[in-house]
Amino acid sequence: MKRKLVVIGNGMAGARLVEEILLRGGGERFEIVMFGDEPYGNYNRILLSNVLAGAHDPKDIFINPLKWYEDNHVKLHAGVRVASVDRAARLVHGDNGVVETYDDLVFAMGSSAFVPRMAGTEKDGVFVFRTLDDCDSIIKYTAGRKTAAVIGGGLLGLEAARGLMERGLQVHVVHLMNHLMEMQLDRMAGAILRSTMVRMGLQIHLEKATSEILGNGSVTGLRFQDGGILDCDMVVISAGIRPNTQLAKEAGLTVARGIVVGDDLASPDDPNVFAIGECSEHDGKTYGLVAPLWDQARVLAERLSARRPQATYHGSKVATKLKVMGVDLAVMGDRESSEPDDEEVTYAEAKRGVYKKVIVRDGRIVGAILLGDPAAAPGLVQAFDRGAEVPDNRAELLFQLDAGAANTTRIEDLPDDTQICNCNGVSKGDILGAVRNGVRSLKVLCDTTRAGMGCGTCKKQVECLLEFAAGDSKVEDPSVHYYVPGVPMTKPDLVEEIRARGLKSVSSVFRELASGKEDPASKPGLASLLKTLWAEEYVDERDARFINDRVHANIQRDATFSVIPRIYGGVTSAEQLRAIADAADKYDAKMVKITGGQRIDLLGIKKEDLPNVWRDLGMPSGHAYSKAFRTCKTCVGSEFCRYGVGHSTELGIKIEERFQGIESPHKMKLATAGCPRNCSEATTKDIGAVAIEGGLWEIYVGGAAGARVRKGDLLCTVSSHDEVLHYTGRFMQYYRENGKYLERTYDFLERVGIEKVRAVVVDDAEGIGERLDAAMAASVAAYVDPWKETPHETQFSEALEPRGELVQLRTARAVGER
Amino acid sequence: MTTWNLGPVDRIALGEGRAYRAGEHEVAVFRTRTGGVFATQARCPHKQGPLADGIVGAHQVICPLHAYTFDLHTGCPKNGTCEALRTYEVEVNSAGDVLLHV
Repeated sequence: MKRKLVVIGNGMAGARLVEEILLRGGGERFEIVMFGDEPYGNYNRILLSNVLAGAHDPKDIFINPLKWYEDNHVKLHAGVRVASVDRAARLVHGDNGVVETYDDLVFAMGSSAFVPRMAGTEKDGVFVFRTLDDCDSIIKYTAGRKTAAVIGGGLLGLEAARGLMERGLQVHVVHLMNHLMEMQLDRMAGAILRSTMVRMGLQIHLEKATSEILGNGSVTGLRFQDGGILDCDMVVISAGIRPNTQLAKEAGLTVARGIVVGDDLASPDDPNVFAIGECSEHDGKTYGLVAPLWDQARVLAERLSARRPQATYHGSKVATKLKVMGVDLAVMGDRESSEPDDEEVTYAEAKRGVYKKVIVRDGRIVGAILLGDPAAAPGLVQAFDRGAEVPDNRAELLFQLDAGAANTTRIEDLPDDTQICNCNGVSKGDILGAVRNGVRSLKVLCDTTRAGMGCGTCKKQVECLLEFAAGDSKVEDPSVHYYVPGVPMTKPDLVEEIRARGLKSVSSVFRELASGKEDPASKPGLASLLKTLWAEEYVDERDARFINDRVHANIQRDATFSVIPRIYGGVTSAEQLRAIADAADKYDAKMVKITGGQRIDLLGIKKEDLPNVWRDLGMPSGHAYSKAFRTCKTCVGSEFCRYGVGHSTELGIKIEERFQGIESPHKMKLATAGCPRNCSEATTKDIGAVAIEGGLWEIYVGGAAGARVRKGDLLCTVSSHDEVLHYTGRFMQYYRENGKYLERTYDFLERVGIEKVRAVVVDDAEGIGERLDAAMAASVAAYVDPWKETPHETQFSEALEPRGELVQLRTARAVGER
Repeated sequence: MTTWNLGPVDRIALGEGRAYRAGEHEVAVFRTRTGGVFATQARCPHKQGPLADGIVGAHQVICPLHAYTFDLHTGCPKNGTCEALRTYEVEVNSAGDVLLHV
């Protein structure tokens, strides 16, 4: 028997929650009923100001039309306001007489416009700005009017002002406080924003309290408390929001500013009653932005779908990018410094409307305001979200992060035929075209245009273009947070579930965690993770492997393969070279090539010849295909080189012998160098060991010289080969367990931060060192040369011939064909 | 219409595809984990990638060269702008042999 879930509220929180629940197979568990007091499906409220401005048609802002509810078997009472909730009887009464019982109840009622105390609010031409209907009434009333006053100089007020200005009205903004957007901005930023807006033609009146709306039946003006008068034809009140809590109060739930909930998002008064979104209050905070609401919807969906009944919510870090009247603004975290040791780094250029401020506490960003400089925003938001350490030279924070973008022309200004994705040849015009055709999320945009699907370095620019073209209608695809797109879980959650449920095969993960729905694109990532977690116990399903890992060679553009035998540390012998040369002749290799990693590659080998090539070579697989440890490049070190101070070749061989075949989120390329001249380029490898004077080795991690160039961070300095092997293994295991699929070590390191990595790997701050070492040792022990495994009998056939007697049946209707 | 007996279905590993040469036809035949058997043209219309070497799941195949994805029922591309695949009628007879109708 299904449980019954009733959600009161069909706005951005309620609908998102239901989506997230369905995504987790909750449709099997629940009969879902929703109440929405607007007679529509679910729309993106953030875009109302665009509708007001005429930039969006109302139909463009719908997220889920009524048909969506039907298709997903969600019963929606559209246009029905809930009159009361009877918790004792577990009943919800609609104001049209409808009654629904529930097992679980969620309040997602959002908030309402706050109307300050003043006379005359009942007059014609006075509006609040909260719903699609409000928007519609405002638009209708603007016809033939010349002047509008907006009461409230917060974000929403300014948005409304922009909309009205776009409709050709002269607009006055009347604000009670002494600067605009005081919730998000400090005084300086408020002042710069004000002058920018005045330049755009807006009239701004600060520190004005309205006492009365004037007019005989319909609006003719405002009277302020100081006696001043402002003539206008209409008034839009946008002075803040108040959480909708009346219904919850009447149902006997604890309400402070919002409906109080704990980390489980349930009311302390009733474990079956939950609240999310703007109507809720968690840890003393209410939120009026979309990101926290999505966090809450995700957590509650995990709990209710029983996927992770213990999931908890711990508040949201608020970083948001706003478009106010064509002014770029990004704010995150605190607005002012509050601790004695907080540092503030600011830069102001009032004339150009630019203001940047970052608040740093204990070396990390706790707040920032960026006005008029969108290029710096992505980097800062990322650093803020990740809690990354800020550079010692604080100026780099404001200027280096956006150097790339600032040096070049803004992407918006480039011609349409500019190539954005250099791997797949996707132009700016292609991307804008897809957005015009309705694409709204980065993932779908990449899927449809294929931009960003190669090396991935252009993804930021693609995102920029999406923002430019879609503005605030951009939606975040929930799957960006998932380890693989087909299983709605972040990596830590997924690992926890896999361990708790003992899932050892890819198909069991789909069965238990994705409602049985296979997603082909997710298979290799899951296979890699399971192998990391279970080592020998992993239940191999070959269809989850990419072709390279099925045939242990690298597929080439003509569907032939390239074979690289392992040559430990790059040190080979005449005998091995002879075997390689013979195989090249015998199997007609199209090219024999020394690779970038110092190995020998036989290219153009036919698939059916692969097992014979391996046998003839008599060497193990070089793993030049899988997402795994590849090679350890070496220099000649102290044996022959006159500068060498450490035996890098010997160390490289040891590393390669130990870690061959170790799977990881992405490939790992290592190097050892016998002196700081670094001939093997060890500081730009995933892990590199560099010998220095005094018999010491420096270990660098997170270096890159691929799609990006990055010098690795120094992890530690040690005095023996054994210690290098020890920390290399421990770092690898930490990355294997925590890296996102296809996240190289250099991105991983920037996400996690070298301090954290060093604390875990070197200082064992979390006390998991021994466990990491043991897990790596188990993986090392589980290694089997893949060239020795027994594959499926037809695995290496290029094309199968029909077996046995060929049966040709001619049917009557096929006469004349063939 | 001609029917070819491609031989036992278990020549195709579970959840994978195999290429067949049936006269002048080059066909990729897929055997999904849910028991479905599908046949399409053998090469990706984009850059001739060998589709039988792709990854299969929930009646979709991903080309191993550039990750173009196709629906096995209809042959329609699921991402990018690529021609649709030609699909063929295929069945497994009571003896467990794959019969391809071309």
